Amino acid sequence: MKARVFVTLKPSVFDPQGHTIAEALHSLGYGSVGDVRQGKYFELDLNVTSPGEAQTLAAELADRVLANPVIESYRIELAATPGGER
Amino acid sequence: MTFAVVVFPGSNCDHDSYYAVEHVLGQRATFVWHKETSLAGADVVILPGGFSHGDYLRTGAIARFSPIMKTVADFAAAGGPVLGICNGFQILLECGLLPGAMLRNRDVQFHCETVGVRVEQTNTPFTASAKAGSVLRLPIAHGEGNYYAPPETLAELERTDRVVFRYANAFGETTDAANPNGALDNIAGICSEARNVVGLMPHPERACESVLGSADGLVIFESVVASMAARGTVGALSR
Amino acid sequence: MSTTTTIDAAVLERHGITRDEYARIVELMGREPNLTELGLFSVVWSEHCSYKSSRVHLKTLPTEGARVLQGPGENAGAVDIGGGLAAVFKIESHNHPSFIEPYQGAATGVGGIIRDIFTMGARPIALLDALRFGSLEEPRTRRILKGVVSGIGGYGNSIGIPTVGGEVMFDESYSGNPLVNVFCLGIAKHDAIVKGQASGVGNPVYYVGAKTGRDGIHGATMASAEFDDKSAEKRPAVQVGDPFMEKLLLEACLEVMATDACVGVQDMGAAGLTCSTSETGSRGGVGVEIDVALVPQRESGMTPYEIMLSESQERMLLIVKRGRERDVERVFEKWDLHAVKIGEVMANDRLCVKQNGRVVADVPNRALTDEAPVYHRPMRPPAGREALQQMPASARRSPMSPADTWLTLLGSPTVASKRWIYRQYDYMVRTNTIALAGLGAGVVRVKGTERALAMSVDGNGRYTALDPRAGARLAVAEAARNVACAGALPIGATNCLNFGNPERPEIMWQFAEAVAGIGEACRALDVPITGGNVSLYNETDGRAILPTPIIGVVGVIEHASRVLTRTFRGAGHDIVLLGENRDELGGSEFLKAIHSLVRGVPPALDLARERALQRLLVDLAEQGVLESAHDCSDGGLAVTIAECCFDTGAIGADVALAAVRCDDADADSVVATLFGESASRVIVSVMPERLQAVLDAARRAGVPATRLGRTGGRTIKMAVDGTTVIETSVGEAEARWSSALASWFEGQVA
Repeated sequence: MKARVFVTLKPSVFDPQGHTIAEALHSLGYGSVGDVRQGKYFELDLNVTSPGEAQTLAAELADRVLANPVIESYRIELAATPGGER
Repeated sequence: MTFAVVVFPGSNCDHDSYYAVEHVLGQRATFVWHKETSLAGADVVILPGGFSHGDYLRTGAIARFSPIMKTVADFAAAGGPVLGICNGFQILLECGLLPGAMLRNRDVQFHCETVGVRVEQTNTPFTASAKAGSVLRLPIAHGEGNYYAPPETLAELERTDRVVFRYANAFGETTDAANPNGALDNIAGICSEARNVVGLMPHPERACESVLGSADGLVIFESVVASMAARGTVGALSR
Repeated sequence: MSTTTTIDAAVLERHGITRDEYARIVELMGREPNLTELGLFSVVWSEHCSYKSSRVHLKTLPTEGARVLQGPGENAGAVDIGGGLAAVFKIESHNHPSFIEPYQGAATGVGGIIRDIFTMGARPIALLDALRFGSLEEPRTRRILKGVVSGIGGYGNSIGIPTVGGEVMFDESYSGNPLVNVFCLGIAKHDAIVKGQASGVGNPVYYVGAKTGRDGIHGATMASAEFDDKSAEKRPAVQVGDPFMEKLLLEACLEVMATDACVGVQDMGAAGLTCSTSETGSRGGVGVEIDVALVPQRESGMTPYEIMLSESQERMLLIVKRGRERDVERVFEKWDLHAVKIGEVMANDRLCVKQNGRVVADVPNRALTDEAPVYHRPMRPPAGREALQQMPASARRSPMSPADTWLTLLGSPTVASKRWIYRQYDYMVRTNTIALAGLGAGVVRVKGTERALAMSVDGNGRYTALDPRAGARLAVAEAARNVACAGALPIGATNCLNFGNPERPEIMWQFAEAVAGIGEACRALDVPITGGNVSLYNETDGRAILPTPIIGVVGVIEHASRVLTRTFRGAGHDIVLLGENRDELGGSEFLKAIHSLVRGVPPALDLARERALQRLLVDLAEQGVLESAHDCSDGGLAVTIAECCFDTGAIGADVALAAVRCDDADADSVVATLFGESASRVIVSVMPERLQAVLDAARRAGVPATRLGRTGGRTIKMAVDGTTVIETSVGEAEARWSSALASWFEGQVA
């Protein structure tokens, strides 16, 4: 099954990369762009059989390894059609 | 006295710490591979700088799961002195032996330069021989030295005098201009509650010989030798 | 991909093989090649791998010397530095990829040259880079520069090898063709140097490192009807470097080589498996047989063609002693790296490629390597050369005052401080760096000895465009001089020759002339060439880059404590000019920055005088009688003196210069004196009590020496024939110089 984990910095944490990107977009003329936050995206190929197992496993991986709870939060999406993703 | 220098896949400054301990300090140094579970009787543990696991995922995020880290944690719990330098500091943060986390430098650039680092506390094994308020000229070389901790944690650190080093100018002022990476409150290094685990972003092992530009880092190594001798616990802390 | 595809003109063209080359292949094979075999020839016979346009000229370079342990022909060169140790070094280019993807192009360039060093059994301890970019006014140039610098830093810092110096120049001709030349130096014990040679019939051939993917297989296409959009997606246009993987590979390989379990080691760089197998076989006079099914692959369905041509990074080929397989595998297991036996050494002279036991390609090794075509391309001096060598009258003067001209030069990108760049490189890791970046030649100590090694990369495309032979000679002289200024005796060199399209006679002429110039200077200065690289076809829309030979020179200092840098060390020291000032503005930074011109003839170079100067510097440094030394180059004397005052905490200078004699009526002797770029000049500073001894030593060595003035105060003051022409605070001049580059980037994020 495929799980997608989106990891972002917590709102209270200053994001130097996101900030730099926002400045770059503004200087290119994109005035309607407000704040930009940069995060990480993981695609996990999990050898489990049920969406429930995938959710639990992905959450454990995120809590333990993929995200740093001091500065990051995450959310999980499971692939709509298990095994049907390109 | 024996210093264990832990080597993770991607550690780079292990050789530098080893050299400083053996050739400058005149003590014994050994390399301990990250898969080991024994510190082989070392008196002091150094987690060196580098790019363990390429800094992929997050700096220090994968190294903290290495088998040796459980042993290091036990060693620290028993009061053993542990020094985390740069990537080593990042590993200590990831495994919770020190509080807080590191972000990218605020200008999103890697910085290699010599900066002023003010000694805030002399009651840690690694600063016992230093003079409080003295400004050490130490090299930094990192892309992620922007120290962050949530407000409560930061307040706690200050309240318990656990900020050990701050970036400062030549006059000892912790100005923004003296802060190379945006770290909160110019924090360059902190210690654990029991004060025996110290992490710092600057590289003292690169400042032990004047031929390299500064010998201000030597006092950090000399401090732990003096501390341990004073405690009389050489050889008793690790298996 | 079908191996029964007929080889027709279209197929040949896609593979970059001419009709004549094809006929030669058939002759060498004794039959027509199949498509896979054609693929092998196409990569190994490419310009980049075979040096077919340049070999006849490169053969004329001096490559021998008492200290040379390994000359051209191996992965890197090696010279003896004393104490049973060798410096193993080379320079390489990664120009075209750095235009396409600046970060990864530069990063993989760094990765490639590092592998060339540790594949010889040497631990890499220093990097230098020579970079050329277009004008900073162009957003594209700024983007490329940022990417390249990030890439060099990203790779070098991660793998833990310090970038201790380098140089950067800017000119519009590099706009679509940036140059990224990376130099790497390592140390090895003489008897620990490992060659890239296969030997010992029956010895296993091991593949170690990253898995093979479809990286870098573009140009040589797969002529197949099944080719569609999906297939295109499978082939990344750019190789992505993995410095972490290479760090593991470096440690594992050095560990294995120390156990003496290998008879030969070769890195897989350009043309990956093909080059490494054919070269090791050729060098050893043996055959190599491999089965591609055994090669670790990170993509499915790869054909033998793809596997053999892949340029996936961070892979090495090891020829292991039979019986030592487990020793090798154990080391790689420790480092969590693949180490797979993929074949063995044969008692013939062929490269035999199998897939699951079935032969898919079988070619004579030497046909791929030694028998590659060698071209004697036509050469012709470019028309209009004489015109370029004339300097317009107005160009000899400045529309600004000398002081303002000087400040303008200090702030010009080519002259200004490169600190914004090198601060992104870790130049201190490994605690060997004793001359910090930006202070002259890069200098690292050799632990376990009292010695240090100095290194510098230099090259001036402007001089070379105006007179290729002279420009190339000057490049060698400058690199060696920079090394001598650190107090080190130059002992070896490597060259990276960056030129345009060699099929154009004018370019080929420039190339041949430059090689001749390099040869002359290397012989006169006793600095043999131990290896190098050629990068051709650096042009866009028929407009070539300035011909740019970059020379890397290595020198040795017997006592590291004697190392000199460019910075004045105290007030009240005497400032002495070694060498002579002449009216020589041709090809100068002054002409470029003030008049936007590249005209005139390059400065004259008397190689005997240059040699005497360099020897004198090494002697004086060894005796410890100099406080600092800095060679005069871009921007001339006025810039050089200023640079001696920078990074000193504002130690100033007060110098009185005699105006140079100008034969041209239009000349401005003040401009010529301050900004002329005469060769063989060095500014040294000396404590007053040692001044006479230094002047005497210079006279005995036949080196002109003139006391110009004294260090001290917080002002930089220069007078010409008694008239003060520059009087500015060190602070103001240093601010201009140190902030110039950063100001192009800070506050600009796109």
